[in-house]
Amino acid sequence: MKFEIPQKEYMYPGHVACPGCGGAYSMRMALKALGERTIIVIPACCWSIIDGPFPLHACKPPVFHTAFETAAIAASGIKAGLDIQGKTDITVMSWAGDGGTLDIGIQALSGAAERNDDFIYVCYDNEAYMNTGIQRSSATPWGAWTTTTPAETPKSEPKKNITEIMIAHRIPYAATTTLAYPDDMIRKFKKAKSIKGTKFIHIFAPCPTGWKMAPDLMVKICRLAVDSNVFPLYECEYGIHYTINHIPKKPIPVEEYLKPQGRFSHLTKAMIEHIQKSVNFEWELLKQRAGVS
Amino acid sequence: MKKVITGNHAVSYGAQLARSQVIAAYPITPQTQIVELLSEFCASGKLNAKFIKVESEHSAMSACIAAAATGARTFTATSSQGLALMHEMLHWAAGARLPVVLANVNRAMGPGWSVWTDQNDSLSQRDLGWLQFYCESNQEVMDTVIQAFKIGEKVLLPVMVILDAFVLSHTSEPVDIPDQELVDRFLPLPPVNLPYKLDVEDPHAFGALTSPDHYYEIRFKIQKAQDEAVQVAKEVDEEFKNILGRGYGIVEPYRCDDAKLILVTSGTITGTARIVVDSERVKGRKVGLLKIRMFRPTPIKELREILPRAQKVVVIDRNISFGHSGVFCQEIKSALYGLPVQPTIFGFIIGIGGRDVTAQDIEEIVDYASKTEKPDSIILWRGVRL
Repeated sequence: MKFEIPQKEYMYPGHVACPGCGGAYSMRMALKALGERTIIVIPACCWSIIDGPFPLHACKPPVFHTAFETAAIAASGIKAGLDIQGKTDITVMSWAGDGGTLDIGIQALSGAAERNDDFIYVCYDNEAYMNTGIQRSSATPWGAWTTTTPAETPKSEPKKNITEIMIAHRIPYAATTTLAYPDDMIRKFKKAKSIKGTKFIHIFAPCPTGWKMAPDLMVKICRLAVDSNVFPLYECEYGIHYTINHIPKKPIPVEEYLKPQGRFSHLTKAMIEHIQKSVNFEWELLKQRAGVS
Repeated sequence: MKKVITGNHAVSYGAQLARSQVIAAYPITPQTQIVELLSEFCASGKLNAKFIKVESEHSAMSACIAAAATGARTFTATSSQGLALMHEMLHWAAGARLPVVLANVNRAMGPGWSVWTDQNDSLSQRDLGWLQFYCESNQEVMDTVIQAFKIGEKVLLPVMVILDAFVLSHTSEPVDIPDQELVDRFLPLPPVNLPYKLDVEDPHAFGALTSPDHYYEIRFKIQKAQDEAVQVAKEVDEEFKNILGRGYGIVEPYRCDDAKLILVTSGTITGTARIVVDSERVKGRKVGLLKIRMFRPTPIKELREILPRAQKVVVIDRNISFGHSGVFCQEIKSALYGLPVQPTIFGFIIGIGGRDVTAQDIEEIVDYASKTEKPDSIILWRGVRL
């Protein structure tokens, strides 16, 4: 099936992202899906910089910068403010990093999801505090190097599963996506826009700087993450109806995904085996939830 | 219509009559009744507002800020720990120049847990750019909430209306609740007329990374707005008086003209001090009282005009800035600095953590200050039991 990506751009050249930034590319795709009647909320994260310092502004829609832990509640507040003024056709989207979502922002996010406030919450996940210089977050995977988990003692806890946490809130829509599959990404943003209530989109968004990887591998590494089942593409409606959107015919070994990334270069064979086992285990769990054999 | 209501409900009526559009709040004693009644107003349709029942005070303030950025008129209420949790976002509200109105019920900070009144919670937030009003009666509470929206929306700064825990919050007094039509004549209908707001037809970025080339001037302008707020608050109070028949001034001098000793108070201690002033006058002592209603911006001009009339100024602080002295006392000393004639200033601390402040306490304070040439310490502790 041929999939058309909208030609119109709502994010302009001149932003200040690093080369190969997954977060920058993902915003470009998200806005193509949502259009200009959108208000973007950005808490402290790489995008606080990427959109441009005052008086610059790289996106067509308005951007509301807010404090680190307030991405979700700021969206709730904006939606309430617009609704009471009769402006009910505007999409409000929070756009937060993994630290702002899985760590410091999870309280406000959980509160908004419990109230089913009407907005799209996006976590663009680059698996560490990249804007402050690559410190571990609860999204950093097991075994990864960061500046606070040195190679001698790499991260010893598994990545927190934020998508399942959000699904457990029984929100109308939660999905994972990544930029190697722009058709999947755009479809999911359009779907989220069409649903009332809290929508959560988890984007796998590589950071070549923090992952110690060549910037031109940005798209490829996303594809490897999906094809190795490290980051499966799926969606879930109302906390119950799971759909896996891409089932690799024969998953590639995780080693192929890990190898191009310097943050994993210290891993021993046994550690890679441990990662492979965890990925297999999580994939089987997901398949069970989705009723796929 | 006159009703006998608590200070908390006076706040609720004020926020309702001001036609608040977005309310976000979290329960905390002794504030909770404010938002309970507002919830009822929203549920019954007496108030057309979105009420976001948030999971924390931090989120309450964040929601108000975000909603205010769309032009909605926003309100919240809190107390003590809740206000402290909001601290980061209190900075944000002022920095973003959004006229959020917040009612804070003065309650002492833990530990140990206390639900009783003192001013350390709100005075810890005095340097952020918020306007602060301290109230003496339930009528003043309701009227100040209504005034707060008008003042804040004129100078584009958030406003905190402050009332004492229990002494006002849970004490019933007769309050004249005005007709909506009168309040509408006083306060423009929402939405708020902001110079820039979140609008897809006129998109801007708000609060972006700001270099040293721009940041300094943004802070300079907050101070300018605070300066401007002194006059604006006086004018708004005057307009309120013309339409609704009641005014308070930013400070209220009581029997100060010929006073040899002036008590300086805020909040409900004022009501007790008034009685003491009258009884001291009967005894022949020329005692006056200056009530500070607006504390931010500090009414420096008024303090400099009124207080040097007396030889002695006795500041009563229900708060303590640890490592220094009472906050009002410090600020009054600072305001009077450089005057050719300086009154002797006595700084009393009293009533911390809600310990009762009685007329007898204030009489004894007056007696001590009358008979003492100079205080022997910058802090005069009243009623410490060791």
